[in-house]
Amino acid sequence: MLKEFRADLHVHTVLSPCGSLEMSPVRIISEAKKKHIDILAVTDHNSTRQCRVLMELGQEAGITVWGGAEINTREEVHCLALFDRMEALEEFQLWLDRWLVKIENNPDFFGDQVWVDVEDNILGEEKYLLIASLDRSLEQCIDEVHRLGGVFAPAHVDRSSNSLSSQLGFVPPDIRADAIEVSPNATPEMIKKHGWDKIKPLIAGSDAHQPERLGVNITTVMMKNSSLNEFKKALKGMDGRSVMVERLQRNSGDLT
Amino acid sequence: MVVEDIVKALKLNVFGGNEGLLREVTGGYVSDLLSDVMGNALEGDIWATLQTHKNVMAVASLKDVAAVILVKGLKPDEDMLAQANEEGIPVLGSDLETFELAGRLYALINKE
Repeated sequence: MLKEFRADLHVHTVLSPCGSLEMSPVRIISEAKKKHIDILAVTDHNSTRQCRVLMELGQEAGITVWGGAEINTREEVHCLALFDRMEALEEFQLWLDRWLVKIENNPDFFGDQVWVDVEDNILGEEKYLLIASLDRSLEQCIDEVHRLGGVFAPAHVDRSSNSLSSQLGFVPPDIRADAIEVSPNATPEMIKKHGWDKIKPLIAGSDAHQPERLGVNITTVMMKNSSLNEFKKALKGMDGRSVMVERLQRNSGDLT
Repeated sequence: MVVEDIVKALKLNVFGGNEGLLREVTGGYVSDLLSDVMGNALEGDIWATLQTHKNVMAVASLKDVAAVILVKGLKPDEDMLAQANEEGIPVLGSDLETFELAGRLYALINKE
């Protein structure tokens, strides 16, 4: 039996230097609950260190939390890497630590980079600037995410900075990504013009840095359960499973 | 001036696209944002960049640039090189940083 899941696949936390201090695990989960979100992907810049607390908290609250990161490739293309297994996340973190270009963070200038527990106690601090890039190319990043069984999706493809479009001019039609993420600003006209939806299935994420923004861009997934494996099948459209950008469906409905 | 003259004068590596070494060079462009190159590079420019993705060759061919120079000792990705050979657009390399390479290129091209 297929069920409908509402997913926000791009969420920052207090750990991202640009993330609001209000983006604590408890606040994020309560906000998600309020907005009837079934699946959240925690995607801080180049770090997975806030994922574990959120995954555990989500489980108690009946919300599936996938861990991952919004990685920054050598070309400075932001990409979502999603996992649902803790072991994969831990191995991915080692890879991030190895390849992040090491520039010390200045919290006064860029913002704090701390991860916290359920009571907002600081568990640790990322010393190096997380918005720097990895010393790995787009292709190498795709390889690593796939090697660990993750889902790879270039982020906010419609944005004029740090997107596949802005950095590499256009989306390579043979890109080995599993999906392409569109921002809340993407319009049906834009998508039609560039043909992104012809290259890979489109997914949506809010890219929320503040609690109010959570859920502003929802991916509706028809699948059997909320595992990442099912999501991969949905991206391939297997046996009636499907993935849709909720806002675009509504927009195109308005247009007709 | 043709690409080969610049290769000799600046002691550049030739990674591929050798077929195009006699292409005419009429100017230069320096940028790492491919969307910017698409908008602003001119036909016949020699283009210096640090990007090594195969989209570089798609843009190079679209704009009909004379050649691409990779800076700082960078090497083209395998599929970028394959594309360069197919298109016959030379992919060159220099150990210099962009600033220094651009200065030398400018002096060379403007002497003509």
